[in-house]
Amino acid sequence: MTTNGTHYRKHTITALVQDKPGVLNRVASMFRRRGFNIASLAVGESEVPHLSRMTFVVNAENEDTVDQATKQLRKIIEVVKVTDLSAEDIVARELALVKVRAPDSAIRGEIIQVVELFRAKIVDVASDTLVIEITGEESKIDTILSLMKGFGILEIMRTGRVAITRGTKSALKTNAKEG
Amino acid sequence: MKLTGAQVVCESLIREDVDVIFGLLGGAILPLYQTLPQYPQLKHILVRHEQAAAHAADGYARVTDKVGVCIATSGPGATNLVTGLANAQMDSVPMVAITGQVPRKAIGKDAFQETDVQGVTLPVTKHNYLVMDPNELARTIKEAFHIAKTGRPGPVLVDIPKDVLQEIVDYDPENVAIDLPGYKPHLTGDPTQIRAAAKLISEAKRPIILAGHGVIISRAYAELRELAEKAQIPVITTLLGISSFPEDHVLSVGMPGMHGMAYANIAIDRSDLLIAIGMRFDDRVTGRISDFAPRAKVIHIDIDPAEIDKNVKATVPLVGDVKNVLVQLNRLVTNKTHLDWVREIEQTKKEHPSHLIPENNKLLPQYVVRQIWEATKGNSIIVTGVGQHQMWAAQHFFYTKPGSFVTSGGLGTMGFEVPAAMGAKVGRPHDTVWSICGDGGFQMTLQELATIREHNIDVKFAIFNNGFHGMVRQWQEFFYKKDYVETRFFNPDFVKLAEAYDMKGFRVTERAKVRDTIEKAMAHKGPVLVDFVVESEENVYPMIPAGTSVKEMLEAPMPGRELVDHKDAST
Ligand SMILES: Cc1ncc(C[n+]2csc(CCOP(=O)(O)OP(=O)(O)O)c2C)c(N)n1
Repeated sequence: MTTNGTHYRKHTITALVQDKPGVLNRVASMFRRRGFNIASLAVGESEVPHLSRMTFVVNAENEDTVDQATKQLRKIIEVVKVTDLSAEDIVARELALVKVRAPDSAIRGEIIQVVELFRAKIVDVASDTLVIEITGEESKIDTILSLMKGFGILEIMRTGRVAITRGTKSALKTNAKEG
Repeated sequence: MKLTGAQVVCESLIREDVDVIFGLLGGAILPLYQTLPQYPQLKHILVRHEQAAAHAADGYARVTDKVGVCIATSGPGATNLVTGLANAQMDSVPMVAITGQVPRKAIGKDAFQETDVQGVTLPVTKHNYLVMDPNELARTIKEAFHIAKTGRPGPVLVDIPKDVLQEIVDYDPENVAIDLPGYKPHLTGDPTQIRAAAKLISEAKRPIILAGHGVIISRAYAELRELAEKAQIPVITTLLGISSFPEDHVLSVGMPGMHGMAYANIAIDRSDLLIAIGMRFDDRVTGRISDFAPRAKVIHIDIDPAEIDKNVKATVPLVGDVKNVLVQLNRLVTNKTHLDWVREIEQTKKEHPSHLIPENNKLLPQYVVRQIWEATKGNSIIVTGVGQHQMWAAQHFFYTKPGSFVTSGGLGTMGFEVPAAMGAKVGRPHDTVWSICGDGGFQMTLQELATIREHNIDVKFAIFNNGFHGMVRQWQEFFYKKDYVETRFFNPDFVKLAEAYDMKGFRVTERAKVRDTIEKAMAHKGPVLVDFVVESEENVYPMIPAGTSVKEMLEAPMPGRELVDHKDAST
């Protein structure tokens, strides 16, 4: 990604945080205050009771920025573990729900073809619209969305990225927090 | 036992070894205040403005081994604390602030004197809490103190709704456990890095120690001295590191940075190894980063991992408590000398005598500082505001007593000088405390003279009365062709002001009277204010304009070294 001539790269960071009011605010405030650029943020329960997991996608100019961002994250008292997944072998997914115009059966058929090709799902059918559910990597979602543009997109709902390492390694056990 | 929330707070404070609280009351915090008389061990000092409560707690904490405590009510009381919290956060000062909040059911309704204090103070505290369950009070206060004083210290705020203070709960002091799974300060240095650091030290030809606030916070004076003496390494102390290493020591090279000693900055420039200890490479120290210590490798010791590589890349990072790390390091460092290097610095001191004060008849502010140093024989805690007087206090008093310099470094908070001096004197009642005040800064918090008089807190105030926001005027002189926009101001009669507060006041207008008046002020029992009507357009030298480097350093004009024209700098 390029903004103002600066080259950015996307980095995936996950954090295990205490499930307390205001944690999201603390994390978001830190990113804003220190000028880190978050592309997406997803929060949900983790496998440990009272701990949630956050997945951040950070746009960063260089490794130093990611390094500072993870260190500053670790400093937040309610943040229990932080893992930079940028260099790890990971499975990363996003979910998108798209409402497209499908006024007649011909168009409907064309849309269904694209949906099947990419292994997406039709989750709602109305008289002249379809809702499609797409799960996958960002690039896959981007491709389907660009194909759907031709039909007329009425609405897009898109989550942030969630990510997990492949194999037996667990984000909980790597990179013990310090500081 | 069954106690009210307010009683639980008091019991908890006592268990944290609190003996003094600075505060100012109001409706939401009233249940706590009405409970205070039951706990005479908790001495309360009523300030006249909550900002002063925070700065007093800050000054108190800096000179004791304790956490400073301040209290304010909800809304405006709490927002008045913000500057003090930000100041303590920037300078890593252990503090706990307790604020009253509107009752739980009123929260979020824009109730009278409701402010989202947790939200407002989030970026200026190390951590903060809003206690919605009275059963959580004991644990929260215990955690607050733990967080404030361990790791890299800082201020922690606990916001308590009024009805939480009133509710009755079961309190069992033996069963209060903190629950901080995400908080584990890193205390000792990694052995591999310690070895790497020792190797760099043994190879260095021109090593320099940069000692910062971390040395003082960690009370690592002896360990710092051992390292310096063992390997004969000259020591530079940052503004907040001042007094971490005795300034009468042959290896002491003074303060670096924007208004640092020329020889200190030159030494950094020529150094091949910086051993940065508990300091964070603030821009006031480094100037333009790309020109800072261009020849040096860097060993960076800090308890906060986020400081490593933040501003300056470390060749060897050493995360841990300064004292522990120095103990580890000293074991591996071998005896060495750097005679040529030390001699070279001595020579630079002669060529660039930044610590000299011009001999003339004028009442120079530097001279006042030097006279306070001589009169106290260096045996005084010096507290300052922010501006020229602060820099002169840093440059012209020679600090030999650990922890004897109290100043607002990171935030640069004018007005710190009055309440912080009050807090310092309360914390160390047997030490002499001189507050070096700017006439601008003094007027930001002078209302505390009433508190000081009321409790007879024996602070000696030296007002550097130059009729200007002196430091800003200096920038206008240097960078805006002496266009003195809004820096000159009217001053009250400070002696009459002192008298209005029932305090002793003196005025000094000539150099010859300086020493005598300082002696008189010290002979007087109780607080004194001395109005030093100093030279109004004196400048602080040396100066490295913001965003530049040692190459652009301006030194005091003297024959053969005229001031050059310079461009405005950014911040
Ligand atoms: C609260 C606050 N407001 C503004 C400033 C910006 N500022 C820095 S130094 C200075 C002038 C200080 O004047 P004075 O207290 O008289 O000290 P002097 O420089 O004259 O010694 C100002 C306004 C500041 N540091 N703090």
